[in-house]
Amino acid sequence: MNHASLEIAAEDELRRQQDLRLRIFLCYSTPCVAAGADRVRKVLDELITEHTLAAELEIVATGCMGPCSRGPLLRLRHANGSESLYEQVEPEQARALLLEALDEPSSEGGTAQALALDMPFFARQTRIVLSNNSEIDPENLDHALARGSYGALSKVLQDMTPADVCAEITRSGLRGRGGGGYPAGVKWELVRKSPAERKYVVANGDEGDPGAYMDRTIMESDPHRLLESMAIAGYAVGAEQGYLYVRGEYPLAAARLVKAIKAAERRGLLGSRVLGSNFNFRVDLRVGAGAFVCGEETALMVSIMGRRGQPVPRPPYPAQSGLWGMPTLINNVETFANVAPIIAKGADWFASFGTEKSKGTKVFALCGEVVNSGLIEVPMGISLRDIVFDVGGGLPEEGRFKAAQTGGPSGGCIPADHLDTPVDYESLQQLGSIMGSGGLIVMNDRSCMPDVAKFFVEFCRDESCGKCVPCRVGTLEMYQIMERITKGSANMHDLELLEDLCDLVQETSLCGLGMTAPNPVHNTLQYFRDEYLAHIRDKHCPAGVCQLDHVPVLDMPEHASHLIIDREEL
Amino acid sequence: MQESSPNKSRPRLATVWLGGCSGCHMSFLDLDEAIIDLLQEVDLVYGPLVDTKEYPEQVDICLVEGAVTNLDNLKLIRQIRRSTRLVLSFGDCALTGNVTSMRNRIPVEDLLTAVYHEASSPIGAEAVEAVPALLPRVLPVHQVVRVDAVLPGCPPDVDRIAATLSALLDGQTVKLEPRMRTFG
Amino acid sequence: MPVITLTIDEALVSARVGQTVLEACRDEGISIPTLCHLDGISARGGCRLCLVEVAGSNRLLPACTTLAAEGMQVSTRSDRIDRYRRMILELSFAERNHQCAVCVSNQNCELQALAAELGMEQVRYDYLDPDLSMDLSHERFGIDHNRCVLCLRCVRVCDEVEGAHTWDVKARGIESQVITDLNQPWGESLSCTSCGKCVDACPTGALFTRGATVAEMHKDAGFLRRILDGREKRQWRR
Repeated sequence: MNHASLEIAAEDELRRQQDLRLRIFLCYSTPCVAAGADRVRKVLDELITEHTLAAELEIVATGCMGPCSRGPLLRLRHANGSESLYEQVEPEQARALLLEALDEPSSEGGTAQALALDMPFFARQTRIVLSNNSEIDPENLDHALARGSYGALSKVLQDMTPADVCAEITRSGLRGRGGGGYPAGVKWELVRKSPAERKYVVANGDEGDPGAYMDRTIMESDPHRLLESMAIAGYAVGAEQGYLYVRGEYPLAAARLVKAIKAAERRGLLGSRVLGSNFNFRVDLRVGAGAFVCGEETALMVSIMGRRGQPVPRPPYPAQSGLWGMPTLINNVETFANVAPIIAKGADWFASFGTEKSKGTKVFALCGEVVNSGLIEVPMGISLRDIVFDVGGGLPEEGRFKAAQTGGPSGGCIPADHLDTPVDYESLQQLGSIMGSGGLIVMNDRSCMPDVAKFFVEFCRDESCGKCVPCRVGTLEMYQIMERITKGSANMHDLELLEDLCDLVQETSLCGLGMTAPNPVHNTLQYFRDEYLAHIRDKHCPAGVCQLDHVPVLDMPEHASHLIIDREEL
Repeated sequence: MQESSPNKSRPRLATVWLGGCSGCHMSFLDLDEAIIDLLQEVDLVYGPLVDTKEYPEQVDICLVEGAVTNLDNLKLIRQIRRSTRLVLSFGDCALTGNVTSMRNRIPVEDLLTAVYHEASSPIGAEAVEAVPALLPRVLPVHQVVRVDAVLPGCPPDVDRIAATLSALLDGQTVKLEPRMRTFG
Repeated sequence: MPVITLTIDEALVSARVGQTVLEACRDEGISIPTLCHLDGISARGGCRLCLVEVAGSNRLLPACTTLAAEGMQVSTRSDRIDRYRRMILELSFAERNHQCAVCVSNQNCELQALAAELGMEQVRYDYLDPDLSMDLSHERFGIDHNRCVLCLRCVRVCDEVEGAHTWDVKARGIESQVITDLNQPWGESLSCTSCGKCVDACPTGALFTRGATVAEMHKDAGFLRRILDGREKRQWRR
């Protein structure tokens, strides 16, 4: 395939789609499949075969549509462009919907619940990264081409120098979406300027924060977006080899990416002489083995090289010395997913979204105590209140908002007083949390903050790789103290020890996992210290979550009373 | 050895033996004739070397050998803390748990069973009754009460003991040089 | 050889290009505590005892892996660093069962010496008292995991100097443990050459010569520099 035939293929596919009488979009992402999308698909397939309708309509098993708690989701689009969306669709309801759409109304099956396409959940979102998600079958390259995929790659190969591409990314203001927020263009430029015989591009798809599934969705829903963007990056920095690092817990994403790589290679969109140019770019998949720390870039690269996935001290940074000692560009999957649109529509267009320092949009996995949980994409700078109460539809059962947890185990909880904070890198950091990769957990007043912090400390303890002492032992000792606090056997001396330990682990750990592990504790102590004190002094859990029955019989005012278990004779 | 006559101007010294092997006290006795000089300076008011049943009030300095291993130790150390101006962790067991704490990985019930019932010459249930209730874990003294000074070593040798005591008696902070503060 | 100038503890010193901050300090007679570092094998940066303050960096940097640079301003001591070093030692002592009094390496142990040198007197955290084993299957050597600090000097010296790669690590986090071959008993290892480099490199009583009793294990970590100088520079000395 060359530049001209790429355009022709896209146009052909578009024409084919427009000629169809009806297109049925069925969300076939993991949550909807879990809710029964496969059964819906089976019924629809049968109906189409029965009525020999295959020439007139098609079922598109798409990527994620967004409101994940409402699946299976089904969208119908008629030839005239009119659309309707249905939630929690049962197979029989789907059958009725289809018959009705074909003007053969059936009374059986009952009516599916329609979702307004202009409800705030959709209306308040801006979809750049997720723009193709609900439009294409991720396993169908032609669908992607019809949506303009590989157009940006074609553009850079024809019209732009590598320096132009880096400059465009810099000008767009795109920052790393994996959590760090480092300006992507600056990183690209560093790698481009590092002289070396070989360079590499790596996409970090080792998303491991509890509750977060942005990257998984991108990989599962629009794999060609990622591949195209990696190829653009390869061209910009001078790399001919890319690696996609996907965590082992994402088998569907890995399978779809493998298919997508093969499809793109077959059509000359990846591999040797991409689109007939002199640019070669291969992408290989590497699947992780279940270690959270491999999301840390140095550990990830060590893992790609086939060694034990443990971080190594920086500097040197990957841009100088990464895979096999060569300059390596490593970006998060979501960061890459922004690249093709930036090239296609221009840096100025991209920079028109967001705030002064945080451009574009951010994808969040909105979950917890919120009516519309799911995957959302909102412009940077939107207030937390708008996310929770507009997009999210507020808390169910008239629950009272207590805090929103962002940034996963490296992040923190933002209390109700700060609901109007704009969601961007700097504002969240000022509040002691971080943007992180995009997990956003809404909590009501039945959440106990020390208990929440304990959960994240436990997570970091379990995921510590064990290389450096502060993280390996420090997170465990932190957990022990948190355990005492939530069980009612801690004293004020413990709190002092805990805060001291938090400082140590934060300041002396080798990598980001350890350095940020104390954040949830620091941050909840900052905003909810009274809850800690209630546990320690009054042996009372204000949220009613903790069982504070671990009170020693011997009332020892100082130190260590926690270690004496209850015994009859004491 | 008799308790010296009360003398307000002389510091009141106590030594105690918690969960330990008494090696630290042996090392203390190795002060030899220096003990005589020491007893000119202090009143020895309590300890294995003194015939006093109850831990007295208003003790100035107490040398605590051994870790806190059982309920008796626990009660005593709390009383010591209440009645003593300066508490010194005397030797590794008091400081770290040391050998005494090597039982920590074994649950107390299993330990008692192994020692009193399954040993080559079982001792019987009545012996278990006589043992003060063991704490689930052996603890160093500073994890139970506040400690004012430490003297490491297993046992601390005479030089260390002498240097520590002279600092304490002079009212100075105990600051041993590195070679004198190794464990073990 | 190109030379750079940097400031260490407010004194202007020179260092060779490519030297680490640790090497530059030691050349100047400035002592920085280390535990996982061993002259002659690759740097690891895992024990965090050699952390120093470098002007312009908001993080503490490990001296063993940070290259000295022109104009760099390094502080090797401060209240904060001293306190953190002591806390790290506290964690190391709490992690496994380090009863110095009954250890083969008593008085010949780098961990013990560091505690005395840095003034780590008491461990405030819970002693974890893990239930760990010993492997005495090798005819000449033994390993007691109770004393291991996971510095991985054994892993590195075996891989990088002896070339056998008998030692490696299993599990992660607090569960990490050094293993021989694929977690087989040391005595059954097919790759082990019984050279004993791991034993001499080990900073504590974890690796020892069989038959050694309390305080009898004398480690000689300097052997490594001697054999490497012999190999690489043809300089033989004893």
